Amino acid sequence: MEKDPNNILDEVTQGEYKYGFYTDIEMETAPRGLSEDTIRFISAKKNEPEWLLEFRLNAYRKWLGMTEPTWAHLHHPPINYQDIIYYAAPKKKKELASLDEVDPELIETFNKLGISLEEQKRLTGVAVDAVIDSVSVKTTFSETLEKQGIIFCSFSEAVQKVPELVKQYMGTVVPSDDNYFAALNSAVFSDGSFCYIPKGVRCPIELSTYFRINAANTGQFERTLIIGDEGSYVSYMEGCTAPMRDENQLHAAIVEIIALKDAEVKYSTVQNWYPGNKQGEGGIYNFVTKRGICKGNNSKISWTQVETGSAITWKYPSVVLMGDHSVGEFYSVAVTNNYQQADTGSKMIHLGKNTKSTIISKGISAGYSNNSYRGLVKMTKRAENARNFSQCDSLLLGDRCGAHTFPYIKTENKTSIVEHEATTSKISDDQLFYCNQRGIGTESAIGLIVNGYAREVLKQLPMEFAVEAQKLLSISLEGSVG
Amino acid sequence: MLSIKNLRVSIEGKEILKGINLEVRPGEVHAIMGPNGTGKSTLASVIAGRDIFEVEEGEIIFNGKNLLEMPVEDRASEGIFLSFQYPVEIPGVSITNFMRTAVNEQRKYHGLDPMPANEFLAKMEEKKRMLDIHAKLANRSVNEGFSGGEKKKNEIFQLAMLEPTLAILDETDSGLDIDALKVVANGVNKLRRPDNAFLVITHYQRLLEYIVPDIVHVLFDGRIVRSGGKELAMELEEKGYEWIRSEA
Ligand SMILES: Nc1ncnc2c1ncn2[C@@H]1O[C@H](COP(=O)(O)OP(=O)(O)OP(=O)(O)O)[C@@H](O)[C@H]1O
Ligand SMILES: [Mg+2]
Repeated sequence: MEKDPNNILDEVTQGEYKYGFYTDIEMETAPRGLSEDTIRFISAKKNEPEWLLEFRLNAYRKWLGMTEPTWAHLHHPPINYQDIIYYAAPKKKKELASLDEVDPELIETFNKLGISLEEQKRLTGVAVDAVIDSVSVKTTFSETLEKQGIIFCSFSEAVQKVPELVKQYMGTVVPSDDNYFAALNSAVFSDGSFCYIPKGVRCPIELSTYFRINAANTGQFERTLIIGDEGSYVSYMEGCTAPMRDENQLHAAIVEIIALKDAEVKYSTVQNWYPGNKQGEGGIYNFVTKRGICKGNNSKISWTQVETGSAITWKYPSVVLMGDHSVGEFYSVAVTNNYQQADTGSKMIHLGKNTKSTIISKGISAGYSNNSYRGLVKMTKRAENARNFSQCDSLLLGDRCGAHTFPYIKTENKTSIVEHEATTSKISDDQLFYCNQRGIGTESAIGLIVNGYAREVLKQLPMEFAVEAQKLLSISLEGSVG
Repeated sequence: MLSIKNLRVSIEGKEILKGINLEVRPGEVHAIMGPNGTGKSTLASVIAGRDIFEVEEGEIIFNGKNLLEMPVEDRASEGIFLSFQYPVEIPGVSITNFMRTAVNEQRKYHGLDPMPANEFLAKMEEKKRMLDIHAKLANRSVNEGFSGGEKKKNEIFQLAMLEPTLAILDETDSGLDIDALKVVANGVNKLRRPDNAFLVITHYQRLLEYIVPDIVHVLFDGRIVRSGGKELAMELEEKGYEWIRSEA
């Protein structure tokens, strides 16, 4: 009568990846492999100015002299960088004036994901910049935004439209030689999003972008740049799901955020790249560099992330708190299941006086997965009276998964305060029995308990995103109970 | 409605229930009394389906269905409700969300669509009023940081929301102050119908003054050693268990 708790959890956590499908859109691709020629090809395709080509080549040359980082608690076979196609784009037909002109198959894809542009547009009032395989297909609401002087477009478009802004800020938060993957991205980045909020403007709507990997063997190298000018406010959302593929796909994005004096930038993301199958085959390698700088006094940058996907996640959204009284926040839920591996966390670098940072990290591990929190809190000499509070909790489902916490704290002055709390817990049989006794099946019970556990983070998400995230958390741990 | 025959249950090789026989008919209230550690909660858990207990022998039939072959959640949807002696905390899950999930999962079991949101909220309001529960409590996480009495009240609130056919109250009175005890007892009495039944586990005669039982059973060392009318509870209160012990 007694069941092995591991078996029960297996049954419950073996949900198939629900977004596994593949859209066939005509591709225009770069030749396989990486060389200066590849980079020139990409740059030419995008009709880029000379300085940007130089930026790319410079990054490439630095990358050649670097080696892949090995310090993370992650394991994967060596990546063959010559076996990757670095550029793929749906063939440009003509400028699109309305949704009717968008490739029906593309609309279909969005419908399957439950994020149809029409729905988004009509119901939620969200401007969607949908990126499929590197090239922006459609930007909505751009007119509304334009009136306020807000620039929200694809990165490539920004290079054409506002090259000075791009040139001024790009690479200032994440230098092109910051790390191995950042250097790679800087050399070959294909597209991404650009957002500029002018002085004193509060962006009236949530800005949202959906990314999606959609071609075999195509590394994805998005690049996002968000600039909040003095006294501005913006809430930016990015979410993604990827179709089921057998081969590993490399994803090495860069996100840079700049908040000037009194500006606030809120960045939310739900990440659901294909995690691989139950045996740990396939799945996306997600090696991302995300960093923001609170450049001016009283500025604020807040990262919220819900991570359920990818075979491997390597990601540490960080904030450099340069302006006095500036605030940095990091709220994270990371779910790993089966053979997924995640090494994620945050860095808060306090440079200014009276700066404040908060880190709330909730790791949830199931199956044979490994989930690590890695964080750095640095209080420099000048950061008088700076404060940090970190809370890192791990929830284990079953006893074959792992949770690890690596907090690094460096304090160079006597007036700053760093607080760190960490807990590890399990879903208890008593909790499951209690839910079951109310008629709630084990699968739903786990979804309910996990969502409750992550509530502190989920409530940071914009409403429409939170609902999606809650579903995703349940789905990623779901399966048929036998 | 509930028929238990020769139920023998053990845990970790130790026999706890040593042949229980019990018949509960619709409309009845049964009380189960007995010293600490004699197996009252074990009996409640086994009816509800807790799988850490080994059923060695016997059967439990509920409305013609063999409960022992059913998973816990199906038993619940069939109409079994257990008010826990020690309610469990579920951090971050609001009572509203918890109840909505429970109500709708039970409806799904019976092939019904989810309850419309306004109907559900109206029902929540009605039951909260009936049990004198603060509006704020429903927004708090299930049992997290609740006082002992609040936890027990919350159990009865859930009972009221789920409207089971057989409700088992495991020491619901312990931890309640006198006023709360009356509120809870009144609530239970309002929920009584000709087609449902209650199994009330308690140490104290006081609760039974409010929720008047049809039959009182004394559970002693894994066996029901005596059954009688409500006066049996009075007798126990007067004489204590030594009286039973000397007879057993
Ligand atoms: N999970 C368990 N593991 C081991 N022994 C258990 C477990 N649960 C109950 N028991 C044992 O079974 C016996 C009966 O316990 P039970 O909780 O049913 O008693 P009870 O009659 O409800 O007592 P009380 O009046 O104190 O609530 C006790 O000896 C107890 O120690
Ligand atoms: Mg008990």
